[in-house]
Amino acid sequence: MSDIRLTEASSHMRHGSNIGQPLTRRDGILKVTGQARYAADNHVPGMLHAVLAVSSVARGRVTFLDVEAAKRHPGVVDVMTPVHKPRLAEDPDAKTHPFMFRLELLQDDTVRYANQAIAVVIAETLESATEGAALLAPRYETQPARVGLDGDKSFAPPAVGVGNPAEVRHGDVNSALTDASMRIEATYETPAQYHNAMEPHAIVAAWDGDTLSIDTPSQGLAMAQARIAGLFGIPPSNIHIRSPFLGGGFGSKGLISGPQILGIMAARLVGKPVKLTLRREQMYGPVGHRAPTRQTLRVGMDGDGRLTAIDHHARTASSSFDDFFEPAADASHTLYASPAIATSHEVVRLDTGTPLFMRAPGEAPGSIALESAIDEAAWMCGMDPLAFRLKNYADVEPITGKPFSSKALRECYAQGAERFGWARRPLKPRQLRDEAGFLVGWGVGTATFPALMFAADARAVIRADGSGLVESGAHDMGQGAWTALAQIAADGLGLDLAQVEFRAGTSDLPDAGIAGGSAHTATAGMAIHNAGAAVTAKLADLAMSDERSPLFGAGNTGVIARDGRLYRRDDESWSEDYADILTRAGLAEIEARGKGGMDPAAQSIYAMHAHGAVFAEVKVDPDLGQVRVSRMVGAFAAGRIINPRLARSQLFGGMIWGISFALHEEAVMDPRSGRLLNANLAEYHVPVNADVPSLDVLTVEEHDPYVNALGIKGVGEIGVTGSAGAIANAVWHATGFRVRRFPIRIGDLVVPASD
Amino acid sequence: MAKLHVSTTINGEPMEFLCEPNDTMLDALRGPLGLTGSKEGCASGDCGACSITVDDQLVCSCLMLAAEADGHELRTIEGMAQGEKLHPLQQKFLEQAALQCGICTSGMLVASDALLRRNPNPTEEEVRFWLAGNLCRCTGYDKIVRAVMETAAEMREAAQ
Ligand code: FES
Ligand code: FES
Repeated sequence: MSDIRLTEASSHMRHGSNIGQPLTRRDGILKVTGQARYAADNHVPGMLHAVLAVSSVARGRVTFLDVEAAKRHPGVVDVMTPVHKPRLAEDPDAKTHPFMFRLELLQDDTVRYANQAIAVVIAETLESATEGAALLAPRYETQPARVGLDGDKSFAPPAVGVGNPAEVRHGDVNSALTDASMRIEATYETPAQYHNAMEPHAIVAAWDGDTLSIDTPSQGLAMAQARIAGLFGIPPSNIHIRSPFLGGGFGSKGLISGPQILGIMAARLVGKPVKLTLRREQMYGPVGHRAPTRQTLRVGMDGDGRLTAIDHHARTASSSFDDFFEPAADASHTLYASPAIATSHEVVRLDTGTPLFMRAPGEAPGSIALESAIDEAAWMCGMDPLAFRLKNYADVEPITGKPFSSKALRECYAQGAERFGWARRPLKPRQLRDEAGFLVGWGVGTATFPALMFAADARAVIRADGSGLVESGAHDMGQGAWTALAQIAADGLGLDLAQVEFRAGTSDLPDAGIAGGSAHTATAGMAIHNAGAAVTAKLADLAMSDERSPLFGAGNTGVIARDGRLYRRDDESWSEDYADILTRAGLAEIEARGKGGMDPAAQSIYAMHAHGAVFAEVKVDPDLGQVRVSRMVGAFAAGRIINPRLARSQLFGGMIWGISFALHEEAVMDPRSGRLLNANLAEYHVPVNADVPSLDVLTVEEHDPYVNALGIKGVGEIGVTGSAGAIANAVWHATGFRVRRFPIRIGDLVVPASD
Repeated sequence: MAKLHVSTTINGEPMEFLCEPNDTMLDALRGPLGLTGSKEGCASGDCGACSITVDDQLVCSCLMLAAEADGHELRTIEGMAQGEKLHPLQQKFLEQAALQCGICTSGMLVASDALLRRNPNPTEEEVRFWLAGNLCRCTGYDKIVRAVMETAAEMREAAQ
């Protein structure tokens, strides 16, 4: 995008290789000066404002809306309702591929959950639209809401996550448990959580005939484009989406949500551009969340402290009308060596919005339960929790027997423990106090996240002036795509970063897949890398077949692209500038495309995961039960790190999400009404600066030739895993209280839990 | 409804604008005044993304009526850099990677600046608690605190 001025490469950059450099973020100056333009910052001439009216009941039907009162309010232009709305080309409840979720688009008067849109008021100003929405004064026919994990009968889901089997068995867990010399059985509960990106979902939509121009945050531009195209019956190429910066996503902006589509419908209805922004409280419903879980772990050990069985069962929830089942128990597939492992899920349907992917889906809740259980098992064996983890270290992936493509977890344990000072930890709980008399505890957790890849395309161009252009519809939600992918682009073209124009963030660029699953840098990066290789290969062909080129005839030995020149591989004194090759050929530019995606052959041989070890110290007030995390060290091995400065940021962020998981976050449902009691940022607690201590992140070297040619595993989510468990374990070590319901509350630590 | 006429100073420039009696300062900034650097994360005073200063007091502009700006001096993120020259806090936030998505960054910087103006030598704990009202979900905590502490030290040194 031409209006995005990114920072030029900084001067400290080493010549020749951009990958691996700790560049500051190239969109940083725009962001620290307030100039970065997010979706809601756009104001189109003639634009109207749309405001959602949302349901205050969780289940039932809307029987009345005072549309006349809303319309009489000064400034109100129109009120969109189930009986007054533009026609859609596709049923919003249809599911034509596995990544398609049902949307509430005023298709009828049904209410599926509290905070569901039941009308949209469009007005000249935001204030008028807001007041108009309040005047609708809806009436309902209400049915009893199904709330909480016991809110309905459970059933076995057909699959969990995205097509994972709901039940997996390896070895005979039941007889292994019977034969075990020691065993624990414990049940852990995790609450519903909401993504709460700081930027509310917003859309500015403008129609021109059958073409549509949109500003909206998206972690998956091509999928959003396809979804909109289907719903409105127009070709995807008629839809132009701009999403240069997301104000956080964490999964909630992976799929286009109902409210965003309602903004487009509103613009169609009134024939003018429309802006629709969710209010914070409206984000607790239609844009996904992490479902609650209740997980039971049965773990068996032999007399030497070796695991003999892990049985991990998770009960979780989806909405009443769609299927997303948090794959929480799957966390036990990969971490600890055990001859018998079984994982299984059961689910209930509740009157909530459909849960969706949220930073480390499955792994985050699964990890806090597994890491707590492993700690309980270690204590039963009388072993140091780190020694116990090392004793049960998995040299091959336990559930499949596949070797790991790479796994530097031992180094993570060693380096993290060393930095933290773990060796001085007393075995028993309640042994440490600080000068102020607070109870001090140390805990460890193992982090893991799969190294995934989706599919992406990219386009690379070398121009006659020797500069390069790389295009990828990639998404920067804060992780640093503008910077890290540009570094890969420059290396792929054999150019200096300053010589490369990098375009991203709009839907007219090549499909970069989705920014999710910690897979974006690997996936979009490989497409970019391959496009670069393909275009330099074309350039090499030009040179090698031209007898006027110093590279003529180098075909058999080949050439290397570096610093804007091609060099003969066997004799670098023969080389030629990109510009010279193109100019002599009379070409203004040369282009090629590249693809990124997983390698099924390598996938079938190797298990691919990133790993880490997190160490936490907490201090607990012995009288008041207040917990503070005072220190954390995370050591992570995640393959090749493209930009250490930005990767560390991602890992820090994940670890803080771990603090949040263990001690802060929880959506509280009113059991009678099915409404959320804390749908705001004052009462839905997320950590603040004052809750977070000084953190330390180590990245452990790891070369992985199998995950992809660049060796990238991804760092966006792994920090959450391990961290939450490390804190829970530290709280036990400080107090002797094993809390199994998260977040850990003050009350849990004043009165011992009654189990 | 009759519009109100407001005369104020924003980032050192005298400004006049019209608003409805019930417009918030944040809406006025982001709308008619075209200063979209201040962000709305909650509209209820909980997140700090809309932080500005009014006569050097740190306020959530979502909790202030636009009409209240009359006769006062406002500062927003747009007034922090001097032309192309970044404020030391802005520079340090970049170096410390104290921002990711950047949506909280304006508020975080305005609040940090307000702290250093009243207390050029804060303790780490004072920084952590002063910034407790500015949420960062991404989350840049700790790096933000380090950036503020280092900037404060450098600014003190430069002032000597
Ligand atoms: S928008 Fe003002 S405090 Fe959140
Ligand atoms: S950088 Fe994204 S919320 Fe702070």
